[in-house]
Amino acid sequence: MAGQASRNFMSRRLGLALIRAIVTLLIVATLNFILFRVIPGDPANMLLAGARSSVTAEQIEAQRQNWGLDRPLFPDQVVDYLWASLHGDLGYSFKFRGRQVADLIFERLPATIALVGLAQIIAILGGVMLGLYAGWRRGGAIDNIATVSSLALYSTPAFWLAMLLIVTFSTVSGWLPGYGAYSPSASIASVDRLLDYLKHLALPVAAVALGLIGQYVVVARAAMSEVVTEDYMVTARAKGLTHRQMLMHHACRNAMLPVVTLITLNLGYVVAGAITVEAVFAWPGIGGLTVEALNARDYPVLQGIFLLLGASIVAANLLADLAYGILDPRVR
Amino acid sequence: MTNSFPDKEPLLRVDGLSVDYGLKGDPLRAIDGVSFELRTGEAVALVGESGSGKTTTAMAIAGLLSPNARVSGGQVHYRGQRLPIDDDAAMRPHRWSETSVVFQGAMNALNPVHRITKQIAEPCILKLGMTRGEATARAIELLELVGIPADRGVAYPHELSGGMRQRVMIAMALACRPSIIVGDEPTTALDVITQAQILKLLRDLRSQLNLALILITHDLSVVAESCDRVMIMYSGRVVEDGTVAEIFAEPKHPYTKLLIASIPNPANGKKMIRPIPGDPPNLVNRPSGCAFHPRCPSTMSVCTTEVPRLGRFGHGRVACHLHPPLQENMVTVHA
Repeated sequence: MAGQASRNFMSRRLGLALIRAIVTLLIVATLNFILFRVIPGDPANMLLAGARSSVTAEQIEAQRQNWGLDRPLFPDQVVDYLWASLHGDLGYSFKFRGRQVADLIFERLPATIALVGLAQIIAILGGVMLGLYAGWRRGGAIDNIATVSSLALYSTPAFWLAMLLIVTFSTVSGWLPGYGAYSPSASIASVDRLLDYLKHLALPVAAVALGLIGQYVVVARAAMSEVVTEDYMVTARAKGLTHRQMLMHHACRNAMLPVVTLITLNLGYVVAGAITVEAVFAWPGIGGLTVEALNARDYPVLQGIFLLLGASIVAANLLADLAYGILDPRVR
Repeated sequence: MTNSFPDKEPLLRVDGLSVDYGLKGDPLRAIDGVSFELRTGEAVALVGESGSGKTTTAMAIAGLLSPNARVSGGQVHYRGQRLPIDDDAAMRPHRWSETSVVFQGAMNALNPVHRITKQIAEPCILKLGMTRGEATARAIELLELVGIPADRGVAYPHELSGGMRQRVMIAMALACRPSIIVGDEPTTALDVITQAQILKLLRDLRSQLNLALILITHDLSVVAESCDRVMIMYSGRVVEDGTVAEIFAEPKHPYTKLLIASIPNPANGKKMIRPIPGDPPNLVNRPSGCAFHPRCPSTMSVCTTEVPRLGRFGHGRVACHLHPPLQENMVTVHA
């Protein structure tokens, strides 16, 4: 009976969260459209850039008509944009002439997912466990070391950390490559190629993961040190539980609530890439593409990346909402 | 009831127990030489103001002293065996199986993310070695015993009212069939009607299961309803100990007298609360002699220098220079 009611409530909550996410996404996409229309500069001029002196006003006007730029921004162009985006048509790149933005993004996506995804897995496994343990044994040796070093890592800019890693492990010692995803001389045999890729991946992953570990340790430790002062932990001790049972059965689940929210929100950035780290390592991911597009004023590509970022953040929020509902019965 | 089986070995014997908090150099003595006995099925109330040591006394018995507490004197015997109350790991088998605790304000004392059946069943699995199925059956049996329908077992703590949560807490305390239950102000957060229901439940369960109860409270009306004996504590010491009838009819210690006089009783026109003048004692710098002397209306010169001994007086005990203890042999004759 109670189960039925809570299931109904759960599906209601899920429905509401889904509607909220869709509305947010529409707003984000519209704002994204507006942002690139208020930037000074006429796309038609941009398309014909380089040949500006010899282009006539008629030719520009013809281009404007060709691309539909002569029609009103609202509603015609917005609706067109939203409709096309919905179908995966993000327009054409300025820099990479004639190439679809969606294709460019999908080409770069695997490298970014490998980099940020791997860094997240390492940071979640290492950082969360270390943070929970540090909070459980507050004031202990591990806590002191973890707290100081994680605060340092958390507050260090990732690009600077990246440079330190390159200097230490690449330039000076020569242990690992510090540039790109493949060596120019690498053979095309699949196993060697994979090993070469992983070697190139090591330092960028370390740079992203270290910052994330700092963040997870700080948050998990704070959550755990709050939980250990709760009355239900005294109850658990009174029940004659061992420290291990108190930690596993009572403390961890409660301390994980804020941590899970943070993890799910961070997952939104897995597809957006780590712009500064990718730039420092010349990693061929979305972050690198963002920098390239910025330098070339490639507005369609930027617009596509922003939309992808917005969509993944909205999706991550939706996921966080649902995960929290499963973990904490009070918000169901 | 108290003296109905005076020859049997008491269930619990506390001898000169002292507990300090804080660093060795500058300790705060929370309880100072507390001694008493508890018999099977007996209900004793520990009464006193905040900082009087009633909670520390009860937590020491339950083996729940905090890590910064230190037992600086005395010992506790349970069924004739000495309890290692200052050894956290060694106390583990005793906890919940022999002494369990009903905490106050059961909202925070219950884990918000687990269903109540699971929380009641947990010690049955971990301490009694039951299977999950057996433990769940036992949990539902206990829920019904405290008046909660079995189908509410799937509820989470936040889905229950304050009174229901307190019932869950009581069911949980009974899980491993303990001999002693410590009630840490179990009715403080409840409204008067729910409070009466919970007290009645505790009373019924006690007689049904022959449980001993140590009830921590600062509410004397709760004591009158649910206990056989009262121990009044002041500044970490027991100042008076007697049956409920004796203490209420004929309090000996001036503090007990003032405490009873402070209960408002609208029935005989006493509508105002009469406070005890003065401040609670400082535990770091306890007053010399009798700790109550700065607030006592009948202080004598001896009170400022000599700590009064808690001696037998009538059927109970009192620590006051106004009531010097009778000779031990006279007590025996008297009893």
